[in-house]
Amino acid sequence: MFEPATLAELQDAVRGAPRVLCVGAGTKPRLSAVEGVRISTRQLCGIVEYDPAEFTFTALAGTPLAEIVAVLAEQGQHLPFDPVLVEAGSTLGGAVASGLSGPGRFRFGGVRDFLLGVQCVDGLGRLLRLGGKVVKNAAGFDVPKFVVGSLGRFAAIGAVTFKVFPRPAATRTLSLPARPGLLERLAAGRWNIDAIDIPPGGQRVLVRLVGPEEALEPLAADLLRALSAGDDAAEVAPEFWNDLREFRWALPTGVLVKSAITPGQVGDFTAGHVSCGGNVAYTSVATAAEIPAHLVGLTLTGNAPLWVGGRPRYAVEAAVKQAFDPDHRFPSLDD
Amino acid sequence: MQPAALNRFASVLPASRVLVRPAELAAYESDGLSAYATRPLAVVVPETCAEVVEVVRACRDLQLPFVARGSGTSLSGGSMPVADGIVIALNRLNRIECIDPVERIAVVQPGVVNAQVTAAAAAHGLYYAPDPSSQSVCTIGGNVAFNSGGAHCLKTGMTSNHVLGIRAVLATGEVVEWGGRSRERTGPDWCGLFTGSEGLFGVALEIVLQLLPVPEMFHTVLAGYSSLEAAGDAVSAVIAAGLLPGALEIMDRLALEAATAAVHADYPPGSEAVLIVELEGPREVVEVERRKLEEILRASGPLEMRPARDMGERAAIWKGRKSAFSAVGRLSADFLVQDGVVPRRRLGEALRQIGTMASAAGLRVANVFHAGDGNLHPLILFDGRQPDGLARAEALAGDILRMCVQMGGSITGEHGVGMEKRDYLPDMFSADEIDCMQRIRAAFDPLGIANPGKMFPGGEAPALSHHGLHPLEKAGTIERM
Ligand SMILES: Cc1cc2nc3c(=O)[nH]c(=O)nc-3n(C[C@H](O)[C@H](O)[C@H](O)COP(=O)(O)OP(=O)(O)OC[C@H]3O[C@@H](n4cnc5c(N)ncnc54)[C@H](O)[C@@H]3O)c2cc1C
Repeated sequence: MFEPATLAELQDAVRGAPRVLCVGAGTKPRLSAVEGVRISTRQLCGIVEYDPAEFTFTALAGTPLAEIVAVLAEQGQHLPFDPVLVEAGSTLGGAVASGLSGPGRFRFGGVRDFLLGVQCVDGLGRLLRLGGKVVKNAAGFDVPKFVVGSLGRFAAIGAVTFKVFPRPAATRTLSLPARPGLLERLAAGRWNIDAIDIPPGGQRVLVRLVGPEEALEPLAADLLRALSAGDDAAEVAPEFWNDLREFRWALPTGVLVKSAITPGQVGDFTAGHVSCGGNVAYTSVATAAEIPAHLVGLTLTGNAPLWVGGRPRYAVEAAVKQAFDPDHRFPSLDD
Repeated sequence: MQPAALNRFASVLPASRVLVRPAELAAYESDGLSAYATRPLAVVVPETCAEVVEVVRACRDLQLPFVARGSGTSLSGGSMPVADGIVIALNRLNRIECIDPVERIAVVQPGVVNAQVTAAAAAHGLYYAPDPSSQSVCTIGGNVAFNSGGAHCLKTGMTSNHVLGIRAVLATGEVVEWGGRSRERTGPDWCGLFTGSEGLFGVALEIVLQLLPVPEMFHTVLAGYSSLEAAGDAVSAVIAAGLLPGALEIMDRLALEAATAAVHADYPPGSEAVLIVELEGPREVVEVERRKLEEILRASGPLEMRPARDMGERAAIWKGRKSAFSAVGRLSADFLVQDGVVPRRRLGEALRQIGTMASAAGLRVANVFHAGDGNLHPLILFDGRQPDGLARAEALAGDILRMCVQMGGSITGEHGVGMEKRDYLPDMFSADEIDCMQRIRAAFDPLGIANPGKMFPGGEAPALSHHGLHPLEKAGTIERM
């Protein structure tokens, strides 16, 4: 195993073995369950630059998300996509490579929408700085976006630059009884909702309102009135979101699969956690044999195929792999 | 026309949609970077996606360069034809295939005009957020190719942040479909890579866009300041207070003069700069935030503050702002629109340096910019009748771009690299980084036939042509931002 502490050492590590793969804290173990020498990013850690007035920071890939979240909070800022597995120890680089966003993805977008730039080492061992360091940039191909969800199969992520937002002054979470059409009414409503999730079981809908404290009371009251949510609606503690973000509901030794879905498919996923207003679903089953036949998605944990239900394949994808990694130093998306 | 090519296209499209006569080609020789022009071999006008696929495959077989074209409003020469290549004019692929109010998405063909998406979504209380000032004419295909922006990027992002799915024919002839109707995806973000690829990968055939609910309330304030620095400081104060306005825009004195002359905009007397701040959201939230904003702005020492009292006053504020570019045409027949980015905190310094460089070059520069993003749009006024007029303006533009890079910013925030800025790419990226991008390009387009000569340094320069406003601006159809 390599443990680079600098970007130059990361280059050496990539060149150091015929088959390598970066791993962070291993909180999504299936994504790195492949043959190859591990490059641990544990030592490749720390915030390189953070200027709150610019709404940007740059940090090394192995920086724990918990550290980022805390440092941003001190300045009244946050990553609006609500990173997941923060308490579990997940790293920033792992969040990018896995492309996982939390419930807050609903309002302003996910990891991909806040990643501005990336420093990565390609399969030729070259350190490349792609994208930009300012909140707006249109120069060159948008490789940072491509790196999101690429599972370390094209390049080793060394450092990333993110855009951040001011943290809302206050939040309020309502739990409403689930019923047909509710998601759509919430999503299209005037309340500027920050997150809409359906916790496992499919019985309730969690709604997060954000804004200045004095605005939230009337906003929440209006929402409840407009949806005639009645007595069955309740305000709940923000910890509910945390349990969802940490996947505390999932079977600890089971198979966890992420699926990109549309609100119309929500009914098929009531056993798991539906996030992002009905655009993401997580399914947890004890073993691969129990994976529902209709499921299409990416396995995060457990012993199951990486791509449940397969994935589309185009000739250009192999060509792009070849462009980043001609010697196949990194595993392929199918390994 | 080469007979082989002619025959091949004739088998794909009726002769009436293969334009080869000089008079027919003239309208396609330039784009929004109107100082340059190139004559293509032919312009083809497909009406279906299947025809586009056939045209691209024909180009591949014949190894003929092609340039996809929406409305030709690119300001960086992105849609300028390649000499003796094919222009694929996509304006007839202009169908909105679906607006789904439940999933809040639109599925559109590439030739659909930006503003038409919002117009079609409005009945459902939804809108398409990216709002380039060319939105009344520019196409979604062009927006996707350039990852276009607008006045609301700080909060809602650029085109890429709103594209959920893309079906495209690549330069290899392969048809791919990435992303879809979900707001999330698994695996590498191919859709994100395609967006902003400036037509160098292939042609987008169908695009899935996310729609947002129209904000319930807007609160727009215009404030005049006795110096640009003071306006810049006010921006910093707004940001420091934790507000996230939908728009934060600044115009300098020359831009104000132009807007006053062109659309009779009315600004606080004595203003050296004007700041426009717009809050948006549910009324409960905006009511609280507007009080906070007022406090901050009052403390920033404005000459005068003018909150819009109704939608009419809001529209008037935006009219002045959005007309500023074409309005500069009243001050000078010829001007270059630049687009660069600096870290927000260095805006004041950047503007001072632009002023110094402009005086040294003996040129006037008007500044209109997205202050929240640090996205500068210096308008360099010059006299095209002087033999070195354009060359001097371009030299100053180059100095400004290099300054942006030196300050840690970018050579383009939203107009793309295109033909115009290809030689500045090495100022921002190392040889290895450019090589990496070229390898990616070659993966999508091994023959190098999709919009060659753009984005990457080198390549043949097109011929100089006329100067001044884009033909559509002269007609008053579009305005610059
Ligand atoms: C007055 C004025 C104001 C402007 N204001 C703004 C602004 O506020 N913000 C901003 O970002 N830009 C602005 N622009 C620039 C321009 O409008 C945008 O770049 C726009 O996206 C171009 O759209 P178009 O349809 O005109 O594309 P074109 O100019 O026709 O093409 C642009 C590029 O896209 C490629 N392309 C077109 N269609 C496709 C397709 N289907 N598939 C693949 N590639 C394709 C072309 O090859 C070319 O490289 C402005 C331009 C003008 C003239």
